[in-house]
Amino acid sequence: MKLADTLEETYEAITGNKARSGLTMLGIVIGIASVIAMVSIGQGAQNTIESNIQSIGSNLILVTPGAQRGVGVQVSQGRGSARTLVQSDADAIINTVTGISSTAAELSGRYQITGKGTNTNTQVVGTVTNYPDVRNIELDNGSFITDQNIRSLAKIAVIGPTTRDDLFGEGVDPIGQTIRIKQIEFKVVGITKAKGSGGFGSQDDMIFIPLSSAQKFLAGDDYVSTISVKAESPDVMSDVQSQITTLLLERHHISDPTLADFSTMNQSDIVATASSITGTLTILLGAIAGISLVVGGIGIMNMMLTTVTERTREIGLRKAIGAKRADISFQFLVESIALTFVGGIIGVILGWLVAYGVSYFGIMQTKVSLNSVLFAFGISAAIGIIFGYYPASRAAKLNPIEALRFE
Amino acid sequence: MIEILDVKKIYKTADIETIALNGVSFKIHDGEFVAIMGPSGSGKSTLMHILGALDTPTSGSYFLDNHDVSRFSDDELADIRKNKIGFVFQAFNLLPRATVLRNCMLPLMYAGISAHEREQRAREALKSAGLEETHFFHRSNQLSGGQIQRVAIARALVNNPSLILADEPTGNLDTKTGEIVLGTFQKLNKEKGRTIILITHETDVAEHAERIIHIRDGLIVEDKKNHTRRMAHHAIKETI
Repeated sequence: MKLADTLEETYEAITGNKARSGLTMLGIVIGIASVIAMVSIGQGAQNTIESNIQSIGSNLILVTPGAQRGVGVQVSQGRGSARTLVQSDADAIINTVTGISSTAAELSGRYQITGKGTNTNTQVVGTVTNYPDVRNIELDNGSFITDQNIRSLAKIAVIGPTTRDDLFGEGVDPIGQTIRIKQIEFKVVGITKAKGSGGFGSQDDMIFIPLSSAQKFLAGDDYVSTISVKAESPDVMSDVQSQITTLLLERHHISDPTLADFSTMNQSDIVATASSITGTLTILLGAIAGISLVVGGIGIMNMMLTTVTERTREIGLRKAIGAKRADISFQFLVESIALTFVGGIIGVILGWLVAYGVSYFGIMQTKVSLNSVLFAFGISAAIGIIFGYYPASRAAKLNPIEALRFE
Repeated sequence: MIEILDVKKIYKTADIETIALNGVSFKIHDGEFVAIMGPSGSGKSTLMHILGALDTPTSGSYFLDNHDVSRFSDDELADIRKNKIGFVFQAFNLLPRATVLRNCMLPLMYAGISAHEREQRAREALKSAGLEETHFFHRSNQLSGGQIQRVAIARALVNNPSLILADEPTGNLDTKTGEIVLGTFQKLNKEKGRTIILITHETDVAEHAERIIHIRDGLIVEDKKNHTRRMAHHAIKETI
C-alpha cells in the first residue's frame, strides 16, 4: 500500500467524523498552544532580564560595599555596609589595576523630587564624568556632569526621560528648569536618551548629579555606594576582578578574603544567575503546559480506540481483501499522527498568537523561538505515535473472521 | 485449481473440543461454478474460511494453484487473499463513506497498483458486474440492495482472482434481486470463465450452480453435478 493512498484514506477517515476529530484535536491544539505560549513568556522574560543587565554597560564589574555575597542573596548586609568604599578606592583601582578602561564611583539613593507643582520618587545618582562611558548612557540633549561641576559642588542635574515625563510632561524641554531634591534646588542641564528597558530598575527613571554634591548635600559623608569598573575586554574580566579584590583588601587592611567589607560582581555572573533563574521558570511553565499535552494525547488514544471498535467490520473487510497487519496498523497510526500533527500546527499558530497578544498588549515581552516550535512539533508527532500505537496494534491484531462477524 | 485433502478443523475452548470439519476432500477445477450447501452448524462457514485463506485447517492440506495454503503465515495468507481470492459477503461490507468506485478500487490499493490503472480496472469490473456508470460516484446508502451486492461482486472481481467466494450472497436480498445477483455470477462464470464457489443453505440458491457439494456435521454427504440447474438469464436481461 502506498503512502499517498494511506494519506487519502486517513483524510477520509478524519473528515468522516468532523466533530469528533475536531474535539479530539482540540486537546492537542490547547496543549501545544499552551506549551508555545508559556515557553515564549519564559524566554521573553529571560531576554528582557538579560537585555536589562546588558544595558547597564559592557564588560562591567561592580564593586559594592558589604560582605561578599551571591546575586539575589541580599539579606543581612550588616552594620554600616554602605560605608566602606570611598572615591579614593576608585582612584586606586584606575591607577593600579591593569586591563580596565575606566571607572566611575557613584552614590545613589531614593529621594522625593519636586518640580513645578509635580513630584516623583526616584533614584538619585551622584556620580562622576566617566559614568556615561562606563554605564552606556547617552545624552539626548544638554550636557553631562563635568569635572568642573564636581570640583565646585555644582547643584546641577541630568535627568532621565521617564523622570522628565513625570516632572515636566512628555516632550517638554526641561533644560534650565529647576528641580528640588531634599528641598535643595538643582538646575537641569541635560537629559539622557531612553534605553527603553522595562522590568526591574528602569535606567530611564534616574537623576544624575555630581558625586561631590550628593555626598555633601544629600548623604552628608564621603562614602560611595558603587564603583563601576569597565574592563577592556570580556577576556580580562576575571583577572580584573581578582586584581580589584586584592587591591581593596590591601587598602582596607583585611587579610582574610572571607571577611572582605566589599563585594565584586562580574556582569556575566549576573547574567548567568538571572538566566538560570528564568531558565528554571521557563521549564516550570513548559512542564505545566506539557501536562495538558499529555491529557490531549490520552484524548487521541481514547478516540482511536473508539474508532477501532466502530470500524471493526471495515478492518475485517480490509484484511479479507488482502491488507496485512502492517497495512492496518500503519493506517491507524497515520490517522492518529495526522490528528496530532494538524493539531500541532494549529496549536503552534494559536500559541504564537497568544504570545504575540501578550507582547502586543504590553503585559510582558515574549519570544517564540524556532526551537520551541520544532520541539512542539516533535512532541505532537511523538504523542501521535505513542498514543496511537496501542489502538493501531489492537486493530492490526483483529481476527478477520471475527471482525467480519462483528455487529 | 483447488484441491482440499482430508481437511480437519477442530476448535478448542477451555476443555470442550468442537469438530467443525472432520476430514473433507474435493477438487474444484478452473472455471467451475460450485455451490457448497449445508444447514447451519454443518461446517460450511469453516470450510469457506479455509477456502478463503482467512483461516488454516488443523490438519490436512489445501492447495490453491499449487500453493499449500494450509501452512501459510498470516501475512502470506493476506497475500493469497489479495492475489487469488475475491469475497462476496452476505452483509455486503462496503465502506459506507467511500464511493462505489473507491470501494471497488480498494483491493487494488493493497496490491500497490497505480491510481490510474486502478480506476480503469474498477470501472471495467463494475461494468461486468452489471452496474450502470451513473452510480459510480454514489455512496452505498444511495443504492439498492441488488446494486450494492453487484458493487461487492465487482470488488471481488477487480484483482482477477483465481476464485470468487460468495458467502450467502443473496441472504439479505429479496428473491428477485437475489436472482439478479445469481445471474451475475452465472454470467461471469459462463462468459469470463470465473471460478465461483457459492456458500448457501438454500436449495434454490444452490441450484444455480453446476455442481453442488452437500456437507453436514463436518463431512461431505454428497458431491454431484447439478442436473436441474436453474438459469437466471431472464432476470438479468431485465435490469442490465
